[in-house]
Amino acid sequence: MQVTSPVRAPLVLKKEENGQKRATTYHDITEDICRQVEAPPTNPRWLLAMLLSLAALGWGGYTLYRTWWFGLGEWGLNKTVGWAWDITNFVWWVGIGHAGTLISAILLLFRQKWRTSINRAAEAMTIFAVLCAGSFILMHMGRAWMAYWALPLPNTYGSLWVNFNSPLVWDVFAISTYLTVSVVFWYIGLIPDLATIRERAIARGDKIRAFVYGILSFGWDGSAKTWARYEEVALILAGLSTPLVLSVHTIVSMDFATSLIPGWHTTIFPPYFVAGAIFSGFAMVLTLMLITRHVFKLQAYITLEHIESMNKVIVLTGSIVGIAYLTEFFIAWYSGVEYESYAFINRAFGPYWWAYAAMMSCNVLSPQFFWFRSLRRNIYVTFILSIVVNIGMWFERFVIIVTSLHRDYLPSSWAMFYPTWVDLGDYIFTFGLFFTLFFLFAKFLPVINMAEVKAVLKSTSQTTLEKVQARSAESVASDTHQGDDK
Amino acid sequence: MAETKKYIVGVFDDEDVLLPAVKKIRAEGVQIHDVYTPYPVHHLDTYLGYKRTRLGKAAFLFGATGTTLAITMISYMLGFDWPMDIGGKDFLPAPNFVPVTFESTVLISALGMVGTFLVSRGLGPGKKAIMFDPRSTDDKHVMAINLDKNTKHSKEDIVAILKQNGVTEEPKEVDL
Repeated sequence: MQVTSPVRAPLVLKKEENGQKRATTYHDITEDICRQVEAPPTNPRWLLAMLLSLAALGWGGYTLYRTWWFGLGEWGLNKTVGWAWDITNFVWWVGIGHAGTLISAILLLFRQKWRTSINRAAEAMTIFAVLCAGSFILMHMGRAWMAYWALPLPNTYGSLWVNFNSPLVWDVFAISTYLTVSVVFWYIGLIPDLATIRERAIARGDKIRAFVYGILSFGWDGSAKTWARYEEVALILAGLSTPLVLSVHTIVSMDFATSLIPGWHTTIFPPYFVAGAIFSGFAMVLTLMLITRHVFKLQAYITLEHIESMNKVIVLTGSIVGIAYLTEFFIAWYSGVEYESYAFINRAFGPYWWAYAAMMSCNVLSPQFFWFRSLRRNIYVTFILSIVVNIGMWFERFVIIVTSLHRDYLPSSWAMFYPTWVDLGDYIFTFGLFFTLFFLFAKFLPVINMAEVKAVLKSTSQTTLEKVQARSAESVASDTHQGDDK
Repeated sequence: MAETKKYIVGVFDDEDVLLPAVKKIRAEGVQIHDVYTPYPVHHLDTYLGYKRTRLGKAAFLFGATGTTLAITMISYMLGFDWPMDIGGKDFLPAPNFVPVTFESTVLISALGMVGTFLVSRGLGPGKKAIMFDPRSTDDKHVMAINLDKNTKHSKEDIVAILKQNGVTEEPKEVDL
């Protein structure tokens, strides 16, 4: 058994029943998490949320149709600003996805037990966010049905291959690998919980659910050997995913950094983009988890301890992002390159000053509130700031892309970018896609990883220590001095 | 018709009771078929005498395959099959190949290792699970002892040993 310091707060709170509190059992965890999956899909709040998401998907679907049918002329792009809304949204969505893999992989390697209640939803968020990001690539191509041209496949025009020197091809490999490995990581984690739902369905005689979850659970039996191999697989996948997290946004940043545009051609981009991605990803995890916690009544599993830990990550990465902004400014001046200096002065004081101001206030100032413990543990403050951070991170990408492009080397080609309603609709489409998938996931799959929470229940929320000691004095080693949840 | 196998199944509530029980039951010469738990119980595999997995080595080999495939693919396509002069760059600019090679390594390593895991444990879409007690996916630890493989002990002996080692219910006999 692993040792947990008694000063640490429990990660699973006591169960409240008829006004009385008692220790949460393994069975309680199964019941609490499966309840939502097994209930008929008639929860009015869930139905309303699905309706809104489908409406966004439908409306966005129409603008997407216009984008593909009439072409990119439907967007507000011009010959100066040839990338704007689309790549802003792409980078933003990729960034959102990063927290999921970070929570699953990096925190697993660091043996952070607080990840167990939030990893499942965060991984799902990663997958859906990467799908949204990918949809902007398809939109930007104009001819989405030709997307396979980006893959190294032999084609009918001769042996012409993709250009492996191009960061856009690196993106294809990075995003598709990231999506595939994330899906595999997420699904492997789901299998034991799907088996739990399968067995419950069989016990209740629910044939349809037993059949569906029977297929999905891959014949999981929970044997000790399978668990041992499963843990090894999780650990190796975490080891593989960790550099993947860093590489994906590094490669995305290279789309810009390898160009010669002032404001883009900077070596700070890879670490700065990665920190920003984790920053925005954690903000989105918080937004979603706070809603999920409230809607599904999971306060005992997603505790203030979890929220505080995520807020600590936000203040750390937010500060790194802030330092990156200042470093960029300093280097633009210190380089002595007038075009570089101008790009940054233009960002702060040019026609897009409001976007820059939004970015600085949302990303640099707002996370600093989390230095205060009372604010870190305040759900309302956390919820509002998580949304503020996501808005700020969107503006960061907009500032980098649009303000760098709209003033190029030739003043005669200077132009402004104004999004059209189709631009806006395409962004709404991805929100519809993201939330539709997330709400479907939250309804039909266990939103919290039951097996992993059960595995940390005893070591982090032990309340029956004396009972265990009495039953098996020999087995309870001296290292079982876990703290009780007061 | 397939032969049925007889098992004695013991149910444990607590991992801290289960772990020493596994040790003692094995010490008595009883061969445990397997233990089924709702979550990973650390050290249970070593207590049961299972060897350390070689999935790590498999992952490395798949990763090395991915690296080799990627380097071969890119070099062939860009360097030999259709060499293009892109901005005067070398036909084989090795640093530019790092991202794709890295991603291919990770992808093939992850997929290969997970595939190996699923195949080696007999898991796959629609596979039927053999469950001794469905509660092993909820809150119980279930130990299965194959009677056919424990010829030195009688059924009654095994039941008695299980009872002495902390099972919370009367051990039951299951035919599979």
